[in-house]
This record gives sequence, C-alpha cells and structure tokens, in this order.
Amino acid sequence: MRVGCTVNGGRVTADDVWEGESLLYLLRERLGLPGSKNACEQGECGSCSVYLDGTLVCACLVLAGQAEDRDLVTVEGIGSADSLHPVQTAFVEAGAVQCGFCTPGLIVATHDLLRRVPQPTTVQIREALAGNICRCTGYAKVIEAVHLAAGRMGSS
Amino acid sequence: MKAAQPEALPIAGGTDVMVDINFDRLRPAAIIDLTRVAELNEWGMDDDFLRIGAGVTYTRIIDELADRLPGLAMASRTVGSPQIRNRGTVGGNLGSASPAGDAHPPLLASDGLVELASTSGSRRLPVREFYVGPKRNAMRKDELIAAFLVEPAKGPQQFSKVGTRNAMVIAVCSFAVALDSERRQVGTGIGSAAPTPVAAGEAETFMEAVLDEGRLWERPAPVASSALARFGELVAAAARPIDDVRGTAAYRTHALAVLARRSFTWAWDEYRRTASA
Repeated sequence: MRVGCTVNGGRVTADDVWEGESLLYLLRERLGLPGSKNACEQGECGSCSVYLDGTLVCACLVLAGQAEDRDLVTVEGIGSADSLHPVQTAFVEAGAVQCGFCTPGLIVATHDLLRRVPQPTTVQIREALAGNICRCTGYAKVIEAVHLAAGRMGSS
Repeated sequence: MKAAQPEALPIAGGTDVMVDINFDRLRPAAIIDLTRVAELNEWGMDDDFLRIGAGVTYTRIIDELADRLPGLAMASRTVGSPQIRNRGTVGGNLGSASPAGDAHPPLLASDGLVELASTSGSRRLPVREFYVGPKRNAMRKDELIAAFLVEPAKGPQQFSKVGTRNAMVIAVCSFAVALDSERRQVGTGIGSAAPTPVAAGEAETFMEAVLDEGRLWERPAPVASSALARFGELVAAAARPIDDVRGTAAYRTHALAVLARRSFTWAWDEYRRTASA
C-alpha cells in the first residue's frame, strides 16, 4: 500500500508498504531517516520516540498505515548538525551522551517535556524520561542536561 | 467491517498489537485502524454514567477525568511511560483482557460496564462478567469495543500496584478499592493474581458489614486493625495466583493482603477527612 504523510514539514510518500509495517521501519528504511533508533520494538526503550500530530509516541508501536495524512516530527526535524537545538547542545555539554544510541529518543522526549513544563523539577524529569532507557550514562548526566537546557531556553 | 471480516484485528494505540506483529507472533489477515473513528475518542455523561470512548488514551484520562475517576486515573499513571500513555487506551486493555492490565481493577471496583457494538446493535455488559479467561473476554467476533461506562466517584478511590520500578512495569499484582458513600458500598478489584482480573466479593461484603454495624459511615472513626487484617485476608483469598517470571504465588498472596489493607485505609482516611470537614 501507499502511505503519505508530512515528515519534518515536508510531504512524503512511500510505496509498497507492508500492512503490518511499523512507522519506525517506514521512517528508517523507506524515508531515509535513521535518527529514530530501532532497539526493543516493543515500546520499552523509547529510542524511537517521535511526534505524531504533536504527541510523543514510540514509532515502533504505530502502524505505518496509521500515519497516513498525519504530521510527524523526528529528531532530524528538531535540530541539524549545523544548527543544534538547545536541548542537543545541552546534552553534548553535560556529557549526557556516551554511545549515543538512546540520545535521539531522549532528545525528542526532553523536547516534549520542556514544551509542556519549561522548568521541570528533577522528579518531573525522571517521570517524563521513564520510558527512555540508557545503558551507559546512569541518567545523572541526562538529568543535568535537561536542567541545563531548561535554564537556557527559559532565559532566552 | 468487523462483521464482513470477523478475523480482522482492531488496532488503536498499538501498544499490545504492534509488539506481537513486530515479534512475528501475529500475522493478522486484516487490520482495522480504530484511530480514524472520531467518536471513539469522545467522552461525556450518559444518564448517571460517564461514557468514555474506547479510544480515549491514558494520558487524557489523567488530564481530563482524574477528578471524576480518581481510581482509574491513579491506575493510568502507572501504565508504561509517557509514550505508552499517549497511545494506550482502556479499550485496548479490555480487548487484550490481560489479567495484568492496569485499568481492570478500578473498573471492577466501580462496577463499570463495557459497551460492545456490532452491525446488529450494541449491548452493555458488566465489567465483572466481561473477563472469561486469561486474555479472553466475552466479545463475539463481530463485535468491537465502543466504550466503557462508569459512574463518577461517589467516594474516595485508591489503586496500588507492585512492580520492580516506578515505570514500564507490568504489575506483579495490583488492587483497587472504591468507596460509594451514597450506597454505602465497598468495591474491589484485583489485578495480575488470577486467570482474569477479579473482584473480591467476600471482602466487600465483610467490610460493608463492618462499616454498617459500627455505624462508621455516619460517625467516621478508624476501622479496627483486626477488621482491616481480615479484609486483607479475604482479598488475598479471592485471588488465584501462579508462580511466573514476575513473582511467586506466595508473594502475590502476601502482597495483595498488604495492598488491600493499605489501600482501604488510605481511602477510608480520606472519607473521614471529607466527612468531618
């Protein structure tokens, strides 16, 4: 089947999409957007977090066909190598990135948190990022990065 | 559509269905995307009940209904993660009918109804008759879950759940209690400790008698610790737990008695505060 949707502001279509295919596969394998990572494929790890019509979701749990005519934003739409988003800069500066695999999901989930709660407490950060698993950092640096980003975004 | 193709698998948030598809455990002949059915995303009053569309997400229940359904909102907060709560629905929980589903105990405690729709009309079944076996419910193949109905809380409600961390946890066991100060009833629901979610009928009857005999609804005093202990025992006795990867039957029995005693006490303390205020 053919699936058409908006991704990071541009209209895209993909052909020959299998009916049981996930949105994550569509993004990575058909639309050339590998920023969203494929790890658990069961919604446990948050590595594939994206916005679907402005709502934070795990792309692995969305059926590709459910994205028809929907509006998607992936980590590629949040910042670019030339122009990092303040959340991304904060993660780099705080040392919240080690292997980097979980980072795209954490960036999108943090972006969502700061949009809803501009100055979150540590407890609110832990709660908001509870669905994003990192095997390297132990989360302390991640939480520092979120505070850093919140401080900068609030004062700018 | 469901009548024409009874094997078609309905999908809403995909938090159960997609896992099975991704892991090659499920190859449905056809899939029906329920997220396009706008009326499933609505809720409102229907006589004395709140009628909540099967597609309303846990996030919306927390944001929009926590004042009227505090027990279900508490349970919803323990579901998965923000990403899962943004997609997962009570309708999906009912469809999967896992004994561990977090929405079931509060629906049992509040004696809710499930509304099933088909081309031949719709019917409403008590939640207490809806679960018929492990991951099996009373739906016919030509039916879809349209909504669930539950009365707005008529007293304090509580939900507690045992798991290894605060998020992304399938319940080891869980318990919900709902006090109805108008009918003077105590509702209960047990999760993840029997082949299906179950209510603890004997515990309900016992505690209702304790409250009536002590005239405690009128003069809200603490419930005797012996009665609380008995309530916990009766809740644990209503379960039929097994040993599995998440915990042993013995642990579940023990934990349920503790959860029941504590949850009732929290609810009763709240009733006493509001009644004496």
